[in-house]
Amino acid sequence: MTEPSEVPPALTPGFHGRPRPDGVALPPGQYVEDGFPVLSAGPTPNVGAATWSLTVTTEAGASTSWTWADLMALPQETPTVDIHCVTRWSKFGTRWKGVSLDVLLADVESTADFAMVGSYGGYTTNLPVADLLGGKAWIAHTFDGKPLHPEHGGPARLLVPHLYFWKSAKWVRSLTLMPTDKPGFWERLGYHDLGDPWREQRYQGD
Amino acid sequence: MTDQVGAEPTATGRLGSRYAVRSGWQVATLVGRRAESPSAATLVLDVPGWPGHQPGQHVDLRLTAGDGYTAERSYSLASAPDGSGRIEVTVQRVVDGEVSPYLVDSFPVGSAVEVRGPVGGWFVWDPARDAGTPVLLLAGGSGLVPLMAMARARRDAGDRTPFRLICSVRTDQDQLYADEVAGLAARGDGFEARTIFTRAVSLTALRGPRRLTDSELAAWGWPPELEPRVYVCGPTGFVETVSRMLVAQGHDPSRVRTERFGPAGG
Repeated sequence: MTEPSEVPPALTPGFHGRPRPDGVALPPGQYVEDGFPVLSAGPTPNVGAATWSLTVTTEAGASTSWTWADLMALPQETPTVDIHCVTRWSKFGTRWKGVSLDVLLADVESTADFAMVGSYGGYTTNLPVADLLGGKAWIAHTFDGKPLHPEHGGPARLLVPHLYFWKSAKWVRSLTLMPTDKPGFWERLGYHDLGDPWREQRYQGD
Repeated sequence: MTDQVGAEPTATGRLGSRYAVRSGWQVATLVGRRAESPSAATLVLDVPGWPGHQPGQHVDLRLTAGDGYTAERSYSLASAPDGSGRIEVTVQRVVDGEVSPYLVDSFPVGSAVEVRGPVGGWFVWDPARDAGTPVLLLAGGSGLVPLMAMARARRDAGDRTPFRLICSVRTDQDQLYADEVAGLAARGDGFEARTIFTRAVSLTALRGPRRLTDSELAAWGWPPELEPRVYVCGPTGFVETVSRMLVAQGHDPSRVRTERFGPAGG
């Protein structure tokens, strides 16, 4: 008999894998990706900055909207962050420019704990409000010094890098505050309501 | 959530239970491997207690190296669900990939791998639910794999939903399931298939090597007025180009479902 071990059994003979990244903060089950893969559930919507707007609606029904010019006139931040996709790639040190949700939500009257983010094209995703505030989330319009490409969510996407990247809704157009949590697009299809990559919350029940 | 390892999912009306991923990993055994092209192979896995899947879903595989290092990847299921506990994935070798060259070339038959799934509930076509509405399948390279699961499920169910399949591959060497696709199209039950080559064609080919054109898509697909369900799967450039053409031709974006694989991965 052998002692139970923390190390999983060598199930796959002859598999060695890549050299292990050294001193790199990679969440469980992820690998490092240098490219920027595209994932979306349907065609890329064609949204021009001239017609883009973002509307925040509270649980009481009050709404506030920002046009592209409004967004550009707000204080801009330039986060450099690691991003983690549930399909297992992680990309280190991505450089963005955008407006913090702390700025956009500062004067919104709400006690809601959850938000449903909506996109041009119909995509939705749900997040706790706590994960949108405190310097953790942005409306991003620039990637690597260039206007965000439509494939990656341009003209503007939500950026919530501490959660799996499906939460960072592309082509963002609305944020609806909700007293109770409701599942968005992928969340209704079995993906996790929070999606913390460090706790490997890929699917409902993780 | 209520799912438990090894428990059969219960049939309820909740979307969440229909699509919920079973928690935890289970050990599967590789029971066969078939070469599909010089760079792709189908792996036949025996998964005790496999709960069944919807055509188009994928499965997560976890490989464990001798030092405990693990690598996880998602692969589209190629097989239609048949209640047998046996599933197939077709893996395309990615040059310099960490996992796919091992799976295609080295993974010994008889050995174990951990699996989790099925996963995904959007890019699916299920004859029990979706029969009747015409379907257009557009495959770039190994993007054919999940679409093949749909075509196989249609055949196995004896379903006659009109299907049209357009495959885009670099050369004839890169075709997957070529004989089987030809066989499906020869059954005379409403399944049509076209394959185009983007890099090289035979000397006798009527069409030069080039990407799918707008007029070919219009001629070989369904008119938007029929309101077909459209599934596009392939590398992101293929999916972007084709889905843009579809929308420009008048297809409602909400009826165009896409699945992309990135430049790396594997």
